[in-house]
Amino acid sequence: MSSMGAGAGPGAAAAPKYTKKDFESDQDVRWCPGCGDYAILSAIQKSMPDLGVPKENIVFISGIGCSSRFPYYMNTYGFHTIHGRAPAIATGLRLARPDVKVFLVTGDGDGLSIGGNHMLHVLRRNVDVKILLFNNRIYGLTKGQYSPTSELGKVTKSTPMGSADRPINPLAFALGCGATFVARTVDRNIPHLDAMLKRAAQHKGAAFLEILQNCPVYNEGAWNVLYEKDSKLQFELRLEHGKPLLFGPQDDRRAVIMDGVVAKVVKAKDVPESALWVHDEKNVNAAKLIADLFAPEFPVPIGVLSAIEGTVYEDVLLEQERRAISDRGPGDIAKLLTSGDTWKI
Amino acid sequence: MAKSVAPATATKTRRELERAVVRFAGDSGDGMQLTGEQFTTESAWAGNDIATLPNFPAEIRAPAGTLFGVSSFQLQFGSQRVYTPGDRLDCLVAMNPAALKVHLADLKPGGLLIVNTSAYDKRNLDKAGYASNPLDDPALAERYRLHKVDMTGLTLEAQKDLPLNAKEKDRTKNFFALGLVSWIYTRPLEPTLEWIGKKFAKNKDVAEANTRVLKAGHAFGETAEIFGEHYTIEAAEMPPGLYRAMTGNRALAWGLLAAAERSKLPIVYGAYPITPASSILEELAMHKRFRIRTVQAEDEIAAVTAAIGASFGGAIGVTGSSGPGIALKGEGIGLAVMAELPLVVFNVQRGGPSTGLPTKTEQADLMQALYGRNSECPVVVIAPATPGDCFYIAYEAVRIAAKYMVPVMVLSDGFLANGSEPWLIPDPSTLPPMNVEFRTEQEGFFPYLRDPATLARPWVRPGTPGLEHRIGGIEKQDVTGNISYDPENHDHMVRTRAEKVRRVAQEIPPTSINGPATGDLLVVGWGSTYGSITAAVERAQADGKSVASIHLRHLNPLPPDLGHILREYRKVLVPEINSGQLVRVLRAEYLVDAVGFNRVRGLPLMSDEIHDAINQLLGERQ
Repeated sequence: MSSMGAGAGPGAAAAPKYTKKDFESDQDVRWCPGCGDYAILSAIQKSMPDLGVPKENIVFISGIGCSSRFPYYMNTYGFHTIHGRAPAIATGLRLARPDVKVFLVTGDGDGLSIGGNHMLHVLRRNVDVKILLFNNRIYGLTKGQYSPTSELGKVTKSTPMGSADRPINPLAFALGCGATFVARTVDRNIPHLDAMLKRAAQHKGAAFLEILQNCPVYNEGAWNVLYEKDSKLQFELRLEHGKPLLFGPQDDRRAVIMDGVVAKVVKAKDVPESALWVHDEKNVNAAKLIADLFAPEFPVPIGVLSAIEGTVYEDVLLEQERRAISDRGPGDIAKLLTSGDTWKI
Repeated sequence: MAKSVAPATATKTRRELERAVVRFAGDSGDGMQLTGEQFTTESAWAGNDIATLPNFPAEIRAPAGTLFGVSSFQLQFGSQRVYTPGDRLDCLVAMNPAALKVHLADLKPGGLLIVNTSAYDKRNLDKAGYASNPLDDPALAERYRLHKVDMTGLTLEAQKDLPLNAKEKDRTKNFFALGLVSWIYTRPLEPTLEWIGKKFAKNKDVAEANTRVLKAGHAFGETAEIFGEHYTIEAAEMPPGLYRAMTGNRALAWGLLAAAERSKLPIVYGAYPITPASSILEELAMHKRFRIRTVQAEDEIAAVTAAIGASFGGAIGVTGSSGPGIALKGEGIGLAVMAELPLVVFNVQRGGPSTGLPTKTEQADLMQALYGRNSECPVVVIAPATPGDCFYIAYEAVRIAAKYMVPVMVLSDGFLANGSEPWLIPDPSTLPPMNVEFRTEQEGFFPYLRDPATLARPWVRPGTPGLEHRIGGIEKQDVTGNISYDPENHDHMVRTRAEKVRRVAQEIPPTSINGPATGDLLVVGWGSTYGSITAAVERAQADGKSVASIHLRHLNPLPPDLGHILREYRKVLVPEINSGQLVRVLRAEYLVDAVGFNRVRGLPLMSDEIHDAINQLLGERQ
């Protein structure tokens, strides 16, 4: 078995040596020039050979939106479904086929607005699906309406005087749903994106990876805080298990510390090492505090917020099935039909 | 009252009947459903043909004594074929005033009316809206054969030395009614005694209490002077074989089990609890050994899309619901049409629109099944005629869905779902073969390459090397499956998807005609009205009328011989529990002047009223 045990079942053929090219489909990619999706697609195609899974055992499922065109460009099995429902489709697929590795590509509208309910339940059930949520804080495919992650007061075509609804934080949402793996990365940080994809892929259960992504046409610069060299240096907080929450330039290092149950930013040199907040991926409560951090008051965390073990939905159901069969033998319709109260005429 | 029981001084007359219609009615807490089910089992033992109609409130624990809290169970049993639970009652058991008020109008003049007198107190009379006790009105006893029995008193008396509290003792009074009615219609008590033994194996006192009360009811009929005669109903002449009682929802579930076994594929059943479809999910969840994987989804949309995901994976995806849930599934069904994946959708129809009448029956979702989705979105639509037929219909749905790579909608309804009939157990090896093939050959593969006979595209399981491909809801080029916005291709694909559904007509056997092949009137039905229509038509035939009936199990596509058959009769009548849906389809499809007979009361159609409609139509001079 490969390192991707969650995907390929026992007895699955070892994956051949692939290159990025093996995962490129023959379809022309149709995103706008400069779209962050290009970088994500390329990074995913590049990371796929390292997963060690035969490509026929990989399925990409998507809903609707710019990001959801993704499966067409991957030379794996793929299903471009309907708006918001990809998590439910993936759940049914996993239940039918626990031997295939399922990736789910979605966006902030698809995954958190029309499909919010399904996202809740796929995470709660901990279905073994790798969820890649491209967050560009805007509706791109429908040409520029605000999304559930758009900031309050966002002026768009559908909100000429500014949006009235408060945004949702995808990481906090996922943690609140009981997700067993929650991480964030950025479309313009390819090495980090690659590392996060691999971590998500290796997780047993539902993995939720938010990918901050730029829409150059309708929401250019939404993540400038992590794109521009200066602000990135100021605000990017790399989460690493066992390492303290430190960020900022070397000559002005800052630390996020816990002040009671509240996060607080201090100058690193002002606090003793013992007062630093050491990141622990197993500490879900801490992850919930980290999820809420954002510039300018706080740094912007990227990396794995939380990775814990949890019961996997389809494992439980399929184990029940195995037990039922081993206890009483496979079903026999002829026997069932004549069981119980019957009478002869 | 107990003192009035005296040993029978004269032998009671026993009269033979061809059929009888009995309804047990009482408070939701009075155990009327159980009483009816047990009486049904006893009648099955007696060899009668049977049709049942359970009728209960949507409220789980409706306030005691109220009109809307009344629960009833009706059955017709006979020595001849029984097609319906019956129109008018021969016998009504009214356990409280509310039950009397709700159901009395259905009792035939001169019918047996049995009431539990101790429930007719001031409080219950008030709740039922009676200013005075209706039992004191002499007109009641003049119009019906009224039997006032203190069931509560006699029930308590029978258990007086048992260590149970008053409430526990009172709870058994439904079995007093059962014992009494069993005596009246000469039913064997053995099946109920066996049931008591099994059900209360761990509680000997409760078992003893129920046994005593049941026998007390029976003995009361035997000994009390008030019952002058009682009845026998000979065993019906039914095809020989092994029988069991079958409800529609269980039959749908078991049809899927048979399909799973024969196709050697797992079935993923996605559902969100909804009345009256929930018991399919519950039944399937008990049969994991058949590799039935049930998903209680977060909503109706997730239920259908989980099923579609399973079909994409190479399992049989099935979802089940009732009308409101089917409305929510519409977009998902469209995806299955577009992706050309097998999908089975059960719609156990109920009264609507919106929440409507959740526990009552209706067949008003035919248009929804045929047209209730955006754009040109044809699916196969089939409907069972009886509870037992649900078994064959579910199996057939899976077979067609997998063979044609198409969604199949099954239209059952609340009447079929909960109603039961004696069902001749089939030999599963006689079911049509289910040869599901997955494509593995790489040479010449395209995702939308079609089988010339069925137009089905190849079904490929993810995990098959070399056949990696993408499908989705966007229009695609035929054969290659590549995204295509080409106008001519879209027109071609719309026609191809429709033609694929049309070709299912090759699966439909010749339509069986009940009556002359040509004549004055043809009655056309579908779904659960089969029994009422057949009974009415056979009566009209016995009257010497030139009437025939056909019953459509296939609603899309329609049987290929239907157009020809319709033209062989001067008139066409289409009875439905809706405002006229099939009749519109027939008029549009065949340009025939078909006439509807429509009642939308949340109840099955009565065969009497269909009989009247037949006479009326035949009476019209041209």
